[in-house]
Amino acid sequence: MYAQMIKSEATKEDPEMLAAFQARIDAGEKIEPKDWMPEGYRKTLIRQIGQHAHSEIVGQLPEGNWITRAPTLERKANLLAKVQDEAGHGLYLYCAAETLGVSRDELTEMLLDGRMKYSSIFNYPTLTWADMGAVGWLVDGAAIMNQVPLQRTSYGPYARAMVRICKEESFHQRQGFHVMMAMVKGTKDQKRMAQDALNRFWYPALMMFGPSDKDSVHSAQNMAWKIKMNTNDELRQKFVDETVPQAEYLGLTVPDDTLNWNEETGHYNFAEPDWSEFFDVVKGNGPCNTDRINTRQKAWDAGKWVREAMVAHAEKKRARDSRSVRP
Amino acid sequence: MSQLFEFLLRQGDNALVLGHRMSEWCGVAPALEEDIALANTALDLIGQTQLWLGYAAEVEAAGRTANDLAFRRDAYDFRNMLMVEVPNEDFGRTLMQQFCFDAFQVPWLTALTASSDTRVAEIATKSVKEAAYHLDRSAKTVIALGDGTAESNARMQTALDYLWPYTGEIFADDATDQAMAKAGVAPLPSSLKETWQKTIVQTLSAADLTQPDSTFAHSGGRSGMRHTEHLGHMLATMQVLQRSYPSAVW
Repeated sequence: MYAQMIKSEATKEDPEMLAAFQARIDAGEKIEPKDWMPEGYRKTLIRQIGQHAHSEIVGQLPEGNWITRAPTLERKANLLAKVQDEAGHGLYLYCAAETLGVSRDELTEMLLDGRMKYSSIFNYPTLTWADMGAVGWLVDGAAIMNQVPLQRTSYGPYARAMVRICKEESFHQRQGFHVMMAMVKGTKDQKRMAQDALNRFWYPALMMFGPSDKDSVHSAQNMAWKIKMNTNDELRQKFVDETVPQAEYLGLTVPDDTLNWNEETGHYNFAEPDWSEFFDVVKGNGPCNTDRINTRQKAWDAGKWVREAMVAHAEKKRARDSRSVRP
Repeated sequence: MSQLFEFLLRQGDNALVLGHRMSEWCGVAPALEEDIALANTALDLIGQTQLWLGYAAEVEAAGRTANDLAFRRDAYDFRNMLMVEVPNEDFGRTLMQQFCFDAFQVPWLTALTASSDTRVAEIATKSVKEAAYHLDRSAKTVIALGDGTAESNARMQTALDYLWPYTGEIFADDATDQAMAKAGVAPLPSSLKETWQKTIVQTLSAADLTQPDSTFAHSGGRSGMRHTEHLGHMLATMQVLQRSYPSAVW
């Protein structure tokens, strides 16, 4: 889940218009950019799609951290292709957000000055090669839980972007699992790296779904608008139920002593993550928050002359071309 | 070391080292479109590395693989030209470096498609399509950045001035080149200088950039005699896992 704790914006439009809008959503119609929409719906979507896009872009960094150290040519190519896909996802999502009247540059400025957030998970460091497995397996795995239902979200451009993204994400998850497989089949050091990666990423992955719904005040409106499709707790449970057997298959131990199968509910019982840590990370105090934003800021500043030159060249070229067609 | 093995290492190491430099941009390029394009180029080059070094390992017949050659050799066994190992510095240098390389690589690979060695011809046939696309993009970007603003023009000129003394090595024929030419495996690099020069002149002129006067050329990359200090740092990063855990399978 790359969008967390999306606050729903209040909306003050005419009740009849709102009712008609809601009826379209209830009937399963897609809302398109030129359709009328409540201001709250538009603003909430900008926040959600923007946060999702930022998560893809900042999400390039923890995995990008290992591209130059990938252990074989094949792994290097796979990882590079994966991180490139994330840049592509960012691009589709910024384009989807642009249809709501906000530019990519505006969104980027909001990310850099802290007005917009990205998923808490990317504020954790990647410390060994096994983290490339754990991130694909757990982080992309968690993202898929949320994104598959979002293919049916009410806003057309977002839903369509999600269709393309989901195809690639499930490939990434398998790729991550394969990295983990090689590690657990490997040497003692490799197994140790694999277990260490699971130990560090398990709870941050559970946090990706956001706090429990009973503490979430915005879920109801967002679910009515079909911006949010499932509750945080439903998705977290689904993730645990699917992931625990995979960990067992890998011969790894989920770092939760309370974990057990509940025959009655047909689900695993599991320990909640430390939510105080989650709120610290969201407030900017995660292990990598400052470094991640500094890296993005540095890239943005260092690229300014290139972006300006591209625009200047395009303008000059247009001027030259228009002069040359005159009689 | 056989001359063919030496020749194949040169091809593979150029692709590996330049591909690695391009991959360093992933996540931090000036715009998303550039990030994606640089990753594409890096991916093509890593793919070419697998082919060249894979064949090199076969020719050597010493039980090594493409990965062994990439991750277990030290700097003095690398045979890439110096131009591809210098650090990125800024986006301008990266694109200028890519362009100077592509401008050679397109006619070079085109010639190799007619190689007397069928494996070389096959690898070249696959790679030349990618190289043509790389050249189209790097030349257009050099023109855009040269033409763009006063700042971008100055940065591109700085990049060109820095890289220029490294370009001469591309065309300095040596014993390996002579042997490959004699066997019909590859033309002499010097025979492609004129074609390269033509592409350079056309592009620099459209980019409003000035070709440096100096004809001085650094050397030592293709022979492995004297790489820059930068290569060792690149390899220290690139090879860390294979060196630290030599018995691991990844």
